Amino acid sequence: MLSLRGIGKTFGAVAALTDIDLDVAAGQVVAVVGDNGAGKSTLVKILSGVHRPDSGAITFESRVVDIPTPAAAHRLGIATVFQDLALCENLNVVENLFLGQELRPLRLNTVAMETRSWELLRRLSAKIPTVRVPVAALSGGQRQTVAIARSLLGNPKIIILDEPTAALGVAQTAEVLNLVERLRENGLGVIMITHNMADVKAVADVVAVLRLGRNNGLFDVKDVSTDDIVAAITGARDNVVAQRAARRGEAGNVAAEEGLPS
Amino acid sequence: MKTTDSPTVVTVATDLQDERLQARDGLRGAVAALLDRARSGDLGMVPVAVGLVVIWTVLQILNPVFLSSANLVNLTMESVPVGVMALGIVCVLLVGQIDLSVGSVSGLSAAVLAVLFIGQDLPVWGAILAALLVGVVVGWLYSQIFNRFGVPSFVITLAGLLGFLGMQLYVLGTKGSINLPFDSGLVNFAQLAFVPPWLSYVFVVVAAGVLFVSGFLHARERRTAGLSARSLPVLVTRSAALLVGLGLVVWYLNQTRGVGWMFVLFVALVLIMHYLLSRTKWGKAVYAVGGNTEAARRAGINVKAVYSSVFVLCSTFAAVGGVLAAARLAAANQSSGTGDVNLNAIAAAVIGGTSLFGGRGSAFGALLGMIVIQSISSGLTLLNLDSSIRFAVTGAVLLLAVIVDSVSRRSRTSHGRA
Ligand SMILES: Nc1ncnc2c1ncn2[C@@H]1O[C@H](COP(=O)(O)OP(=O)(O)OP(=O)(O)O)[C@@H](O)[C@H]1O
Ligand SMILES: [Mg+2]
Repeated sequence: MLSLRGIGKTFGAVAALTDIDLDVAAGQVVAVVGDNGAGKSTLVKILSGVHRPDSGAITFESRVVDIPTPAAAHRLGIATVFQDLALCENLNVVENLFLGQELRPLRLNTVAMETRSWELLRRLSAKIPTVRVPVAALSGGQRQTVAIARSLLGNPKIIILDEPTAALGVAQTAEVLNLVERLRENGLGVIMITHNMADVKAVADVVAVLRLGRNNGLFDVKDVSTDDIVAAITGARDNVVAQRAARRGEAGNVAAEEGLPS
Repeated sequence: MKTTDSPTVVTVATDLQDERLQARDGLRGAVAALLDRARSGDLGMVPVAVGLVVIWTVLQILNPVFLSSANLVNLTMESVPVGVMALGIVCVLLVGQIDLSVGSVSGLSAAVLAVLFIGQDLPVWGAILAALLVGVVVGWLYSQIFNRFGVPSFVITLAGLLGFLGMQLYVLGTKGSINLPFDSGLVNFAQLAFVPPWLSYVFVVVAAGVLFVSGFLHARERRTAGLSARSLPVLVTRSAALLVGLGLVVWYLNQTRGVGWMFVLFVALVLIMHYLLSRTKWGKAVYAVGGNTEAARRAGINVKAVYSSVFVLCSTFAAVGGVLAAARLAAANQSSGTGDVNLNAIAAAVIGGTSLFGGRGSAFGALLGMIVIQSISSGLTLLNLDSSIRFAVTGAVLLLAVIVDSVSRRSRTSHGRA
């Protein structure tokens, strides 16, 4: 449904992305992993119209598309949860959820918007006492839930989640993973950025590894071990994660259980 | 936070199910919620209301004429031109920008009005339209420079302050002053047109009625949707308070000349802006851009269009203010829109609770803030203090308002209300 070919992006002297390829099919969950600064968020921002790529082509539903603005991404049906969440702290939860896609523009339908907000938040098991407080009053995880709920409005075709579970509690993480599975069942494409191998193993279909702004392997989750992914992320089989695991004498699965430090 | 009532509804409203929420029932709950907000720095219009009481008390003690009906009628009329400009300032401040040139733009529009109306013998509505068009064009120009080159609005409008003053002087030509005839409808509107007392009371009743009915319908809609809503006693109290409060004000003004149509126009503009800002998609976009521009952009809001709309609106309101000021004075001259007009408009907006940091404020703030500014100005004039002291006092009040803004912002941050 969505495919990227040869995407490149530089920030001044830093080549944040070089020659990136990525494909997402309908009903597929693609995990994108990579070290800090590997370029994952930059890739997300290109797809959501925040940055424009310097080179390469984006094909969406077998048409070459240009995504010059976030509004263009919305129109195509690409919804994004940004790592830095992008919420307006002075607006309340409902206003943030519906920002830019309010119901009844000339006479806001606050009741319908609030009802719908509660539905979405309940679906994510959000622990938010009231939706009429400014987002500034919410905890980090609550904000993250709001940001995720935001992306579900307006029937997107592709949802991009940049570290969606980083700040979430156990129950909320599970809900997000459930949600990702539901999205897949509904035929949406999901791109999930994460540092958590357990999450990758749990819901992803394929894993794309970025390393220093380049593709560094594409794996089928079914037949790849956490070790292989970690090796691709760090660029060496003898990496710091493996060394730790070896020291503990349970080589292999520790990393999967701990998740990687982010 | 709203309150629930209705013992008939057994299940808890959707938005009140979290067990950490403290129950806030009925009137007492409404008051408690209000106090809560004030404590956490979400002061809204409390400081300006308190300030107004203090200022009125002091001025009344200094000069017993101050609170006389005649003086208050005058005060309401005098406050309109700059008040309309303050309404525009509220909009630019909401997106986190500033317009320092409203005075000059109002002066230019007054000059254009006078020249076309008197010099060119255009019908008055044609001249008014042209004057307003000046505002639209100026705002459009500002927004183009702002959006294309990213020049800070403070610098653009500072240039505009001088540039349009120059244009005003040029338009007025060597005469420097053009009088508007007293028998024209425009001057009549600004000086002599008052609402007949019976009609003014009708307005009050209608206002209270509309507040009640809209509140009631909204509450019913919320309850049907399973959300909490204001209870009937709260709604009734609110409307009754408005009825009595507004009724008293109108009654007192009616002791002399009454409520001017120009003031009615101002209130109408405030209500329209309040609606636009709080009940439309555009309004939410304005607050979003002021709160977090990047988030607004990523939400798909056309940020540049929002800036454009706000600059155009502000300059247009400035032009409206200029027309009204000219009508009130029955003249446009070289000092139209100069002096403290600029600062008063900005001060009114800020005193009315609009934050200089963007993202918070309201149209009603412009009304209240303007009454404060005009009270000071009128009170000091009554005391025969000259404009040097008036300027100094207005400056001090503005500073005080900005300090309140900054402090409450800090308090909001620490109480998580941003
Ligand atoms: N706006 C920007 N201006 C300049 N450089 C940038 C910008 N955004 C990202 N970069 C650079 O691009 C590189 C990739 O950053 P990116 O945010 O995409 O990393 P990431 O993979 O998301 O990392 P993390 O796991 O920490 O979120 C980094 O070296 C970063 O410094
Ligand atoms: Mg990132």
